[in-house]
Amino acid sequence: MGERIIECSDGRIKMRTCAWSPPGDHPVGCGMYLTVEDGKVVKVEGDPQHPITNGRLCVRCLTLPEYMYNEKRIIHPMYRDPKDRGKDVWEEISWDQALDIIVEKWTAIKDKWGRESIVTFQGTGREPALYHSSLTYAVLGSPNAVFPMSGDSCYGPRCSVADFLLGAGYPEMDYAQFLEGRYDDPQYELPKYIILWGKDPLFSNPDGFFGHSLIDLMKRGSKFITIDPRITWISARSEYALQLRPGTDAALGIGMLQVIINEGLYDSEFVEKWTFGFEELKQRVNEYTLEEIEEITTVAKEDIIAVARIYAQNSPSAIMWGLAVDTNSNGTQVGHTIMSLIAITGNFDIPGGNTLSVPASFMGKWRYECANLLEPEIRKKMIGLERYPGFQAAHVVAHPDLVLDALETGDPYELKMAWFFGSNMLANTSNAQPKRWYEALRKMEFNVGQDLFMTPTAMALYDVFLPVATFAEHEGVVLPHFGRNTHMVSAMNKCVDVGECKSDLEICFWIGKRLNPDAWPWETIADFFTQQIQPVMGITFEDLQDEGWHMNAFEYRKYEKGLLRPDGAQGFNTPTGLIELESSLYEDWGEDPLPYFAENILTPFSRPDLAEEFPLIMTTGGRETTSFHSEHRQIKSLRRLMPDPLVQINPETAIQYGISNGDWVAIENPFGRAIEKALITEIIKPGIIHAQHGWWYPEQDGEEPNLFGVWKSTINSLIPHKAIGKLGFGSPYKNVMCKIYKVDSLDS
Amino acid sequence: MKDYAMIIDYKYCTGCHACEVTCQNEHNFNENEWGIKLTEHGPTKFESGWVWNYVPVPSKLCDLCVEKTSDGSPVPCVLHCLGQCMQVVPVKELADILPALGEEVAVFIP
Ligand code: SF4
Ligand code: SF4
Ligand code: SF4
Repeated sequence: MGERIIECSDGRIKMRTCAWSPPGDHPVGCGMYLTVEDGKVVKVEGDPQHPITNGRLCVRCLTLPEYMYNEKRIIHPMYRDPKDRGKDVWEEISWDQALDIIVEKWTAIKDKWGRESIVTFQGTGREPALYHSSLTYAVLGSPNAVFPMSGDSCYGPRCSVADFLLGAGYPEMDYAQFLEGRYDDPQYELPKYIILWGKDPLFSNPDGFFGHSLIDLMKRGSKFITIDPRITWISARSEYALQLRPGTDAALGIGMLQVIINEGLYDSEFVEKWTFGFEELKQRVNEYTLEEIEEITTVAKEDIIAVARIYAQNSPSAIMWGLAVDTNSNGTQVGHTIMSLIAITGNFDIPGGNTLSVPASFMGKWRYECANLLEPEIRKKMIGLERYPGFQAAHVVAHPDLVLDALETGDPYELKMAWFFGSNMLANTSNAQPKRWYEALRKMEFNVGQDLFMTPTAMALYDVFLPVATFAEHEGVVLPHFGRNTHMVSAMNKCVDVGECKSDLEICFWIGKRLNPDAWPWETIADFFTQQIQPVMGITFEDLQDEGWHMNAFEYRKYEKGLLRPDGAQGFNTPTGLIELESSLYEDWGEDPLPYFAENILTPFSRPDLAEEFPLIMTTGGRETTSFHSEHRQIKSLRRLMPDPLVQINPETAIQYGISNGDWVAIENPFGRAIEKALITEIIKPGIIHAQHGWWYPEQDGEEPNLFGVWKSTINSLIPHKAIGKLGFGSPYKNVMCKIYKVDSLDS
Repeated sequence: MKDYAMIIDYKYCTGCHACEVTCQNEHNFNENEWGIKLTEHGPTKFESGWVWNYVPVPSKLCDLCVEKTSDGSPVPCVLHCLGQCMQVVPVKELADILPALGEEVAVFIP
């Protein structure tokens, strides 16, 4: 391992750190050295010693100095009178003043409307995702911490399904991430096949998985199968690329299960010993014919059979299940079929299969303990608890769609104060129907937010703007999979200061110390982290800073060793102690215990009455290397690689609608409209389009009504509110009907 | 002629742009001048299957970082390449290195 700090002969110093947005992406923790000269970061270099990334860095971290020292960055706390929301009339204030204002407003609002009238929002998997709910419960005393994406359609649904059916954390593919010797470790076996199901990890680095690990595996001989409406770079190198109709994944999963079960290709010993409900599952998947499934999914029956056989007959193989599982009101069932496929083929927790872990280790424990600090009467008021008990069973957060309902109607009670944690929710991943959120949130008594740039969300809504530090400017830890299957923990080491920016955690610390010091007993940030990691890893935060990263101990086949249950018994931490192919929980929550296919609510099949006017299907959310959702739009070196929002259209469809490459195109349905630029490409089938998300234009006028052009390309405006599954999960972000037509400009 | 060559094992090039951006950062070239620039073939479907290839092409500005790396430090684009598919090697050794890389490989002497 290299030195933490290297003094160079020219007087500059190089400091080692690991990355997590802001800026960058999910908690991957790529290792790097930052060269510091006169108190400024002047250079970024990958750290070849890092066991996962080996020095590789993507363009988002390579342009870090441009982000840190961007002329548009907000580096002092600011205040604006609530009556001036939407106007660029900010007043610079001190941190003390900012905290005083927050404490005064919080006190007045909780005294008048109750603590439950405070709601806090997290965005995507940036660092504050770890801290925002703890602050809400333990300090602000409100039960309403929320991720405002309709149906909580990111990660939460998959983690919940894994928790319900396996009693385990997120089952990540085994890419030797836990092993000291990595791919050469004697314990390791290469997955023979990797199925990428609704997932394109190369540039999304999902939840802390380093996407280009797939290239490592490809070089070593793993083969690929992709299940994706689009052809991806990996599909082009796959043995099979199943281009299913968006949103029909559960039908495909049922078809594959049927083939494997009926042909007797499953691991009968594993099924016998470790699963519950096999006969019931068998019966259910036989209620569909493969011909029907071919018709629903548009995937040829022969291909379904071939892929099912390949997966079952090539152990070990792994399935990576992606966001497409979550962005689907039938997604709970998609996850159910995928977990069942891995289970009946015996691919759980074996080398080269899908790893298991105990959920909620590390920060998870603290976060749950913080929820227990809520006064019981207040906790009962968590929005959605009664309506969707299953929703809150595995992750304690308020229900996003019902929070919008409460904001609009005052039912079950009025919400008066909002706090935004690094979430540009009007532009972005979060929320269907962003204009409704905007209208509702601008009526709040008081809004505070923490971010790095003046985003449309900040300009429209904040009263107090708290400037946040990048990962290069604070101490922290990177936690892949947010503690739900964490292979290693890395240190973020502070290298420099920029302005008066503070980390999300430092801000939470200050507020906690003022409002509830008993719940916030640590003297320093380092003490806090030591308390979090020492019980699991036996080292202090300072040790971690010196080591750089610490790989967690790992054992395969934990279910045989009593390592998945708190009582130390063999098996799984579910009500039956087994993997539940038939859920023993779902019926209590009003859900079918077995998987089924259901159309999402806004497709040409569920709404034939609208099919003539809106004949196309829009899918969204695909990622580019040049931005992390709406982050990075103001970084010139990145923006010139991706200057405009693109909508991908098949050549046949483009001809049909008279659209040429580079034309501006309006995308419209009964709920909303967005304008993007046409990219004509064969990677998408006729009749389906893919529209980029997270666009706003930092170069444009920021004041209302323009708000940096955020309403021009807001594809989330086409997504219906509360079109979710029975457990409260999953909204059709990737499959709604629409029409397209050529327009003159972005402003049409 | 230069003594060094750049090998791109382009079956693993994902078009990540890290080489372009790294090279620009290292050399402070003008905004529109590049030491290396990506080319793209596809995505398109041949009868035999999909073709989606990227090949970065070094320009005359690329000096293969020979001086920069004389102290043993890594070639910046090679270090950061997400596909780990770039090498800078002595021209003389090409014949020994190439056979092991198989197909879809390009060699540049910029
Ligand atoms: S994958 Fe994430 S952490 Fe790694 S270099 Fe890219 S943005 Fe930075
Ligand atoms: S070898 Fe050096 S000059 Fe050539 S492309 Fe790479 S970084 Fe640029
Ligand atoms: S850095 Fe490597 S993978 Fe990325 S574009 Fe350049 S050659 Fe291709």
